[in-house]
Amino acid sequence: MSAQRDLLRFITCGSVDDGKSTLIGRLLYECGLIFEDTLAALSRDSRRHGTTGGEIDFALLLDGLEAERQQGITIDVAYRYFATPRRSFIVADTPGHEQYTRNMATGASTASLAIILVDATKGLLPQSQRHSIICSLLGIRHLVLAINKMDLVGFDAARFSTIAAEYGTFAESLGFQDITAIPISARQGDNITSLSSNMPWYRGPYLLAHLEAVDVSADDAAKPFRFPVQWVNRPDARFRGFAGTVASGRIAAGDTILLAGTGMQSGVARIVTADGDLPEAVAGQAVTLTLTDEIDVARGDMLVAPSARPETTDQFAADILWMGNEPMLPGRDYLLRIGHAWTAARVTSLRHRLEVTTREHQAARLLEMNDIGLCHLTSQKPLSFDPYAENRATGAFILVDRFTHETVAAGMIRHGLRRATNIHRAAFSVDKTVRSARYDQRPILLWFTGLSGSGKSTIANLVEEALFAAGRHCYSLDGDNLRHGLCRDLGFTPADRVENIRRAGEVAKLFLDAGLIVLGSFISPFRAERQMLRELVGAGEFLEIHVDAPIETCIARDPKGLYVKAKAGLIPNFTGISSPYEAPEQPDIHLKTGECSAEQCAEQVLQVLRGKGIAC
Amino acid sequence: MPVQQRLTPHLARLEAEAIGNLREGAAAFRQPVLLYSIGKDSSVLLHLALKAFFPGKPPFPLLHIDTTWKFKEMIRFRDGIAERLGLEMLVHTNQEGLVRGINPIASGSALHTQVMKTEALRQALDKYGFDAAFGGARRDEEKSRAKERIFSFRGPGHAWDPRAQRPELWSLFNTRIHQGESMRIFPLSNWTEYDVWDYIAAQDIPVVPLYFAALRPVVRRSGTWIMVDDNRLPLEQGETPETRMVRFRTLGCYPLSGAVESAATTLPDIIAEMRAARSSEREGRLIDNDTDASMERKKREGYF
Repeated sequence: MSAQRDLLRFITCGSVDDGKSTLIGRLLYECGLIFEDTLAALSRDSRRHGTTGGEIDFALLLDGLEAERQQGITIDVAYRYFATPRRSFIVADTPGHEQYTRNMATGASTASLAIILVDATKGLLPQSQRHSIICSLLGIRHLVLAINKMDLVGFDAARFSTIAAEYGTFAESLGFQDITAIPISARQGDNITSLSSNMPWYRGPYLLAHLEAVDVSADDAAKPFRFPVQWVNRPDARFRGFAGTVASGRIAAGDTILLAGTGMQSGVARIVTADGDLPEAVAGQAVTLTLTDEIDVARGDMLVAPSARPETTDQFAADILWMGNEPMLPGRDYLLRIGHAWTAARVTSLRHRLEVTTREHQAARLLEMNDIGLCHLTSQKPLSFDPYAENRATGAFILVDRFTHETVAAGMIRHGLRRATNIHRAAFSVDKTVRSARYDQRPILLWFTGLSGSGKSTIANLVEEALFAAGRHCYSLDGDNLRHGLCRDLGFTPADRVENIRRAGEVAKLFLDAGLIVLGSFISPFRAERQMLRELVGAGEFLEIHVDAPIETCIARDPKGLYVKAKAGLIPNFTGISSPYEAPEQPDIHLKTGECSAEQCAEQVLQVLRGKGIAC
Repeated sequence: MPVQQRLTPHLARLEAEAIGNLREGAAAFRQPVLLYSIGKDSSVLLHLALKAFFPGKPPFPLLHIDTTWKFKEMIRFRDGIAERLGLEMLVHTNQEGLVRGINPIASGSALHTQVMKTEALRQALDKYGFDAAFGGARRDEEKSRAKERIFSFRGPGHAWDPRAQRPELWSLFNTRIHQGESMRIFPLSNWTEYDVWDYIAAQDIPVVPLYFAALRPVVRRSGTWIMVDDNRLPLEQGETPETRMVRFRTLGCYPLSGAVESAATTLPDIIAEMRAARSSEREGRLIDNDTDASMERKKREGYF
């Protein structure tokens, strides 16, 4: 075993039945990695579930989940390990089914080479093109085009060259550094671990020889120093170190570093490891740094080279691969993780959706699962990053649903939209405090949410009358009224509803700044947007009031005749009928309008306001 | 020469990845624990944890699920390690299972594993309120493990849903959980059995002597050698323990752990023997072969 033996991480991808699992099974088998007892279990499984008529079905070796073996398809990424005297390999066998594209992206995110399998009998399929685009997007620069099932086309050289040429044309603009086309038969072992005598016309390397030799060094060590702080190590009062893995570049004791974002400067005192202090650490090493100054550094911060700083901004453009079951809605808040930092973020605009087979840029309002789109995002806190194309470690992020905690997107940053340091909010000397003091009141947003016909506007109106009569300065924002003007361009799709609430929230925020008490009456069916409002205006100035009536009561009231139309199918996306209403789990005030009169409900709200010193 | 320089680039990379995962678990969760099974993988995991938080100690306790059927040498080793390192070692046994008289011999391996390992683990995690548990499992061990994430989400009741796993991109782990949910973290996911032994050799990590060949009292059962570790193993008619030179590739409850005949008494011997082996390490485990997808089922129920 060579002392310098390193690791190659690659993925296999292609369409269903292109033979991905068979290829990996074959590689493992030929490298002597399949043990006798595994082989015995495999031949038992092959007779039970196999599709090879009693022959050993290598696909079963990898399709480890029960559902996969029963359905004969790969659902999830499987990782396999093998080694030759020249290299160690980690293979991600990734699913071909379109619905599992997100798992393919998972495999691609850590790979430096991809094997795209093409069935010689079928030629290029849309799914192989989709996978190539995902590989390119995720920063894979080395490709093997394995044209499989050559045995089924009579080992025909012309067929091989046609497909290889067609793929070459397709992949021209995808930015791959090298594409190596190899004709193989995974089932029979041609050109896998030795050159096949069935294809004497082929003069290139066999697959394993290529995998052993290909140079994939990304040279992370030559890039600028980046150190995302993962853990602050403070075992006692004398030691304070910053633990993490060097994402790129190198660092030596005595070097000057900056805290990204703040520009605070310090020097590296020691590079601590359990095996003794190091004079220098390079990309990939997990170390603990101590600094020469007592500067405030926390998990999520990034230490960087002063000579090459990352961008820091709260607005940026990124390619997004959507993975969530629910579609991506511009305006909705998600949790964003970059490096070890978490913050809230939202897509402010979807520039285009990528049609992956034609590569057209299409206009779209939302992204569905497996869609790819270029988005503008804004984050609650400024982020420090490098463009993904320059640095995979510091330019990648994930989005997580705030409520289900599902990982809903992979993001790759292209560039910042403007520097956060240049944004200054205009400051006026007559501010909210001064204005609300003049009115002798505390500004607050009373947010009435509930089904159509539950009584939101009626109750809000009564509350406003009482406040006004008591000398308070108020303003009512009503869903219907806003839709006549400010939100005239919006419909009732989930994406438009999110935007509608975002605009209402921004308007409410301005009125709060003007010192007013604001009453908002909006169906606002989604929890995520109401949470967004709470954070937008600040929890201290937001009261969520659930106007709760059973749907049957609302249908019976039907003040605008909308339920009749909705039930007749005349209004699509009608809340409660064809679109969901997510009731508040813990509203600040819960009004049961099926049981109490509008006057009683208004009084209930006023009581709470009196308790807070807002109403008299 | 620092120990670091004795590692191949491949092992150094695996080590750095595992240390990163350990730090991530400690930073992202309220109350993590390291599940310590006394075996070679646990020994490596513990060694990495000591390195990850140096010069401090790992900011979490160790937990051993004791079925009361482990080899005596394992328990001695466990107690010695905890004392030498000055770490907190929690030991949990399913008392209810003991009262019911569950054991690997009369109850059968499936029920014994279910009650004394899976249920016991769930009890212990609930008892202490752990929201994250590190384990030494590797993806190359078994095919349903090959599909598991490094940060593997568990729903209420510690259940694993293989069809609803979170996509794991780059090393940006989604560590968000709600009350009642938890995470299993497998820092050695990308290690192979070869890597584990190569690393043990390179770093001089102490392991239980049962991995090395020695003369031990054994009986031949189901095509493997079972060690007579104490007088609880009932001998069948005509069965007499014989003394043979044997060692173990994996360790668990002694009546369920098969030994192989071997002359490998040193680490280089073990590594040489493994490279020549023609069967996988789990072959000696009697619990995995019960049914076709037995590991996946056990994992869904909350097994490691």
